[in-house]
Amino acid sequence: MIELNVNGKTVKYDGDEDKPLLWAIREDLGMTGTKYGCGISQCGACTIHIDGQAVRSCTYPVGALEGSEKITTIEGLSEDGSHPVQQAWAELDVPQCGFCQPGMIMAVSALLKENPGATDEDIDATITNICRCGTFARVRKGIHLAKKKL
Amino acid sequence: MTKLTSLSPSTLSRRGFIVGTSAIGVGLSVGVLSGCKDTSAPKDPKVDYSNLPPNPEVNAWVHIHHDDTVTVRIARSEMGQGTSTGLAQLVAEELDCDWEKVKMEFPTPGENLKRDRVWKDYSTGGSQGLRGSQQYVREGGAAARQMLIGAAAAKWDVPAEECTTDQGMIFHKASGNKINYGAMAEAANKIEPPSEVTLKEAKDWKIIGQPKLRLDTAEKLTGALKYGQDVELDGMLMASVKACPILGGKLKSYDASAVDTRKGVKKVMQLGDNAVVVVADSWWTANKALEEMPIEWDAGEFAEYSTADIDKLLDDGIQGESMPGNVKGDAEAALAGAEQIVEASYNFPSLNHACMEPMNATALWTEDSCEVWCPTQNGESVLSAIAPVSGHDISKCDVHKTILGGGFGRKGMPDYAVQAVMIAKEMPGTPVKLMWSREEDMRQGFFHPITKAKMRGGLDADGNITGLDIKISGQSILAALMPQFLEQMGGVDLFTFQGLIAPGTNPRAEDQTLKYTFPALKFHHAMKNPPIRPGFWRGVNLNQNAIYLDCFLDEMAHAAGRDPLEFRLAYLKDSPKMAAVLQAVADKGGWGSKDGRHRGLACIYGFGSYVAACADVSVSDNGKLKINKITAATDCGHAANPQQIEAQVEGSFVYGLSAMMFQEINYENGRPVQENFDSFPSMRIADMPEVETIVMPSGDFWGGVGEPTIAVAAPAVLNAIFAATGKRARQLPLKDQNLRG
Ligand code: FES
Ligand code: FES
Repeated sequence: MIELNVNGKTVKYDGDEDKPLLWAIREDLGMTGTKYGCGISQCGACTIHIDGQAVRSCTYPVGALEGSEKITTIEGLSEDGSHPVQQAWAELDVPQCGFCQPGMIMAVSALLKENPGATDEDIDATITNICRCGTFARVRKGIHLAKKKL
Repeated sequence: MTKLTSLSPSTLSRRGFIVGTSAIGVGLSVGVLSGCKDTSAPKDPKVDYSNLPPNPEVNAWVHIHHDDTVTVRIARSEMGQGTSTGLAQLVAEELDCDWEKVKMEFPTPGENLKRDRVWKDYSTGGSQGLRGSQQYVREGGAAARQMLIGAAAAKWDVPAEECTTDQGMIFHKASGNKINYGAMAEAANKIEPPSEVTLKEAKDWKIIGQPKLRLDTAEKLTGALKYGQDVELDGMLMASVKACPILGGKLKSYDASAVDTRKGVKKVMQLGDNAVVVVADSWWTANKALEEMPIEWDAGEFAEYSTADIDKLLDDGIQGESMPGNVKGDAEAALAGAEQIVEASYNFPSLNHACMEPMNATALWTEDSCEVWCPTQNGESVLSAIAPVSGHDISKCDVHKTILGGGFGRKGMPDYAVQAVMIAKEMPGTPVKLMWSREEDMRQGFFHPITKAKMRGGLDADGNITGLDIKISGQSILAALMPQFLEQMGGVDLFTFQGLIAPGTNPRAEDQTLKYTFPALKFHHAMKNPPIRPGFWRGVNLNQNAIYLDCFLDEMAHAAGRDPLEFRLAYLKDSPKMAAVLQAVADKGGWGSKDGRHRGLACIYGFGSYVAACADVSVSDNGKLKINKITAATDCGHAANPQQIEAQVEGSFVYGLSAMMFQEINYENGRPVQENFDSFPSMRIADMPEVETIVMPSGDFWGGVGEPTIAVAAPAVLNAIFAATGKRARQLPLKDQNLRG
């Protein structure tokens, strides 16, 4: 039994410790905003925050957590979709199918927390999520717009 | 009633879905999306609508609630291309309602069958979403408006012709009467539907043509939107499947005892004759057990097949016999008499769709019904595929479409839903969610057809084309997926000539015709079908044909010493619309400016639209490509939503250029080599060029949007690479090549 701190709440997890956090979040905690896209840390669809850092949860075993870490999923990024990144995304209609976007938003929000003045070069170096619909042009615009809303 | 969006993150639970159809009423169950901030708020705060029985629909397309919220029903699937918002715009325009109050929902294919296919075609492909349904959905909106007016006119006892509408209100000027749609919806339901409606003229449109935001964005930003992957039903189990990765291969043996006593594993079983499945209480558990279980395949006749064999097969095709697709004059003689002959060979590899959301389907089978929840581009084809497998009459089956996490053509196939039903049938009463791993998704593709082409062109002494010969060797989609249709066409797969077809050849191919006029031409196909399942991949055969034709024209222009723009325009005199988009990208893209930048052009007509691109690239000293900017233009006739068209153009470029730069599926021992994004990379934000989109609707037709522009990205970039390096890049993908080498 491990106690996890997810989106500000303490939850108990008594499943397999080898299980990646992605599946614990989706199946044991029933929060499906975090997506499975590749399972090998390539696509970023499963991105969450652990203590504010963007982490690809599909390869992060639950057992690797101490229990004291603060885990944030897309459901906990804001209460009502009002995080500056979510607002910018809404204004620019960034998503197409939207499947990659929870992970994209989590990656971007972690970047802007760390580096509120992120430049295009910073974005290129940090945001490596795959979007098969190809929303990158609007993602970039969205990041710059979100910076103004921080 | 399953309202996906009623689940806010805080109330999310495993009880999100209520199973069964009895509560569904008219059966409109999945995917209600709100288009406005607060659709549930009553219009008049003094009126309590909650005591009123819900309004009946006005007609199949339009359901108006007491608070004036309008639910528009959309049959086509939404996979990110924005069709649902576009179609809602078309209905709302004719209905004359308040766009801020529009929502949409997807009627099930089962309901469509019960209602005599009132919503018509569910298939969502070929960039048909809007152009293939615009007429009848607009008529649906217009009919509903007329019925609302009829109801109000009867209530006021005035002639219907004297009533007008605006923003969801009906007015009768002479009497000063006015009333909102929500108050007339029930009475309108009783009005005889009009036998004829008059549609608005384009100049009067207020909603169509506007850059409206999508109706489904908000839920995509909070994780609340439920994709097929996220379906949850009471008591549901999860399944992972592995099918023989070699076409025609079978399952030989598997050792269930290695995993079936593991905690959480519920069932290990064979599926059909070529697959094995593990069902567990968690997908991770199921998939891990499947990965670790000893499985042996009976590989069958293609056990040794490899990419080298495919190469040889296609090369034989280039040397051997072919079938004509578009022939004009005597190209052979024209080439023989030419002053100069230009020759080139290009290829286009096998590709997986790699939708962001891997294939999945959830099925619930009981003694007397079968239901499936899944992302699909064609709910009706899923319904007709699952019914025989379920053993129930089709009227006892239904399919609940979810929003798709990408489709690109792959999710037009019902194979994964059929598997889910086969599993669920073994577990009566228990819903089972089958999810493919990314690896399974990559192995069990319907791959972009693999082809090569050899081009020969003749130039006269003045650098004019005398004749053009394009010989394509390779795979036919129709041979594999629609053999009857191929037979009807006398064995010639006309669609392998997409974009190169002579006008007037076949009514079903009029939207894919050649717009250049050449004095003589011979476009022919040597059909060579390797043991790979081909499928419809965004842009389909336009992808390679635009490269084959337009890169080769670029080669001819240079051989003739002529400006590639001027050269192309010389052969577009019969197609002012094509010339216009090409000229537009040249002008906006800086073609001909002496600024030291390297540019390439391309244009083609496909899916009923005229598209062109001007790419600006740099190639480093060590031969690495950087795409700086692409200027694109599309004349899709009517532009229902310009901002979404821009998004589709940008997105199509990412899809097409990812393939051009990085992607191919190779085969070894009969099976695909690339199984995930590490070996099948996709563009990231750092690779994304600036894209400027010129939407230039000429207004007298409806063309497609999702696909056509994908085809011009690669040839424009390849032509720009030549401008930068003086060397032609003819082998795709470019990934490891030194473009200067
Ligand atoms: S699912 Fe974790 S990176 Fe792709
Ligand atoms: S929006 Fe569809 S994958 Fe990114």
